[in-house]
Amino acid sequence: MSKQLALVIDLNVCVGCHACVTSCKEWNTSGWAGPLTDENPYGKDPTGVFFNRVQTYECGTFPDTETIHFPKSCLHCEEPPCVPVCPTGASYKREEDGIVLVDYDKCIGCKYCSWSCPYGARKFDPVQGVMKKCTLCVDRITDMTIEEDRRKPACVLACPASARIFGDINDPQSEAARAIRENGGFQLMPEWGTKPANHYLPRRKITTILHADELVRVDNPLKAESEKPRPAFNTPTIDGVSSW
Amino acid sequence: MKPAFSVIFLTTLIGAGQGLLIALVLGQFYLGSESGGFFALGGVLALVMLGLGLVASVFHLANPQRGWRAATRWRTSWLSREVLMIPALCALAFLYTLIHAIGWAPVLMTFGNGKTLDLPMALGLLVVLGSVALFVCTGMIYACVRFIRQWASSWTVVNYLLMGLASGFTLAAAYAQIQANALSGFMSGAALVLTVAALAARTFQLWLNARTKPQSTMKSAIGLHHTQIRQVTQGFMGQSFNTIEFAAPGGAETVRGLTVFFLLVAFVIPAALLLAGLPVLAFVCQYVGLLAERWVFFAAGSHVQNLYYQAKG
Repeated sequence: MSKQLALVIDLNVCVGCHACVTSCKEWNTSGWAGPLTDENPYGKDPTGVFFNRVQTYECGTFPDTETIHFPKSCLHCEEPPCVPVCPTGASYKREEDGIVLVDYDKCIGCKYCSWSCPYGARKFDPVQGVMKKCTLCVDRITDMTIEEDRRKPACVLACPASARIFGDINDPQSEAARAIRENGGFQLMPEWGTKPANHYLPRRKITTILHADELVRVDNPLKAESEKPRPAFNTPTIDGVSSW
Repeated sequence: MKPAFSVIFLTTLIGAGQGLLIALVLGQFYLGSESGGFFALGGVLALVMLGLGLVASVFHLANPQRGWRAATRWRTSWLSREVLMIPALCALAFLYTLIHAIGWAPVLMTFGNGKTLDLPMALGLLVVLGSVALFVCTGMIYACVRFIRQWASSWTVVNYLLMGLASGFTLAAAYAQIQANALSGFMSGAALVLTVAALAARTFQLWLNARTKPQSTMKSAIGLHHTQIRQVTQGFMGQSFNTIEFAAPGGAETVRGLTVFFLLVAFVIPAALLLAGLPVLAFVCQYVGLLAERWVFFAAGSHVQNLYYQAKG
């Protein structure tokens, strides 16, 4: 199977800190895919281009609710519906590693590809007039001047909780493929047949059952070694009861 | 979806242009292979409509200077096919106009029953084929967007075809009446039939769209198996491309109001005006109505990605 680089995002770990959002914006606005222009950034109604966002969902009814932080960027589909509809060929999927990219020099800004993405992953830049999207930090992961363990997307490096795993999902030995395999990794909206390369790891129920005898241990060594209760003042001493 | 005026004008103008071309060729066939100035001037009128449509389309592109590249992916993209078909049809229409203007009508074929096929008629048939092909391309651009359930239907193509034909035949009726041509009655009658047919088909699609159910739910969108999921935040407090391009200004009330407006102004009133023998007024009225129809077509399209953008904050 051909190489398919992707992200695996653990929804059980993500704490919703938005570090991946800011590091993505920082790296990509100053790199190959940039600038990610903002309009009216400090004004009343700001807009801007962001490749990655963390959304928050809540399920259940109060008070039995659960909060889910959900990072979303381009999923680099194995059957990307946005690519064949591009009239110019600006939108393409790289043969060698499966990354879906846009050639800004060919894009005419017709926005047709964004209509053909069910995930809302494509971001139009009205200043440059071209469609932009997550590149999986292609300029970073292929840069041989960076030490090997740092050749990862900016969002992955920024995540303080290690909720994001980067790798080749078609290589069974990779950490990403193993995480999908062993933790029930799933794809978003599988009903459209887009086969997203990015996978998510599900929420896992973490429950601890405590029994009363676990709260007070009968054989607690601290109890044996701790200071013994002091004898009462009128307790007879050994001298008083022993005849020697 | 956010309606783009460039595309509204493009699709309505070229629709009427293609319809007019088909009307002219059918009229020519109806009169028994007639040729002459009426068809030449009509061809010029159709070319003007197609040309204005092309001008409107340029405003849709953020980088029109590399618009020529849009012709390269015709194997996979209906948009690219449309980009190729518009100039091809313009070229055919230009030849058709030219042949009629110079009145050159050599016989190309003689059939067994003694009928003949001359050059203007042969070109006319090519023009009809090209026009129908362009209708299919335009319709398919929208019909193949799976993620907008209001568009992803073969009725989208049928409606683009019928509404284009209706406006084209109404324009032809108006033109024939101004020119006091013998085809005036034929065109008015055909325009009336097509307008009623377009009304029926468009109403049917409105009915269909009112009944369609979204294919994706919050469950599959974030992969969480819970029956009650609500978005707390989309991740930002401002706007983004996702909240602008995929939302219609005015909301559902504007769509409802304009739906009633276009059903009356694009179909019912023009049909009455055609019956009253006022095709010029009918065309003007119908064109305005079709602009509203196209606005509603876009605004009523709800995209799957909107599942991810429900709560600002």
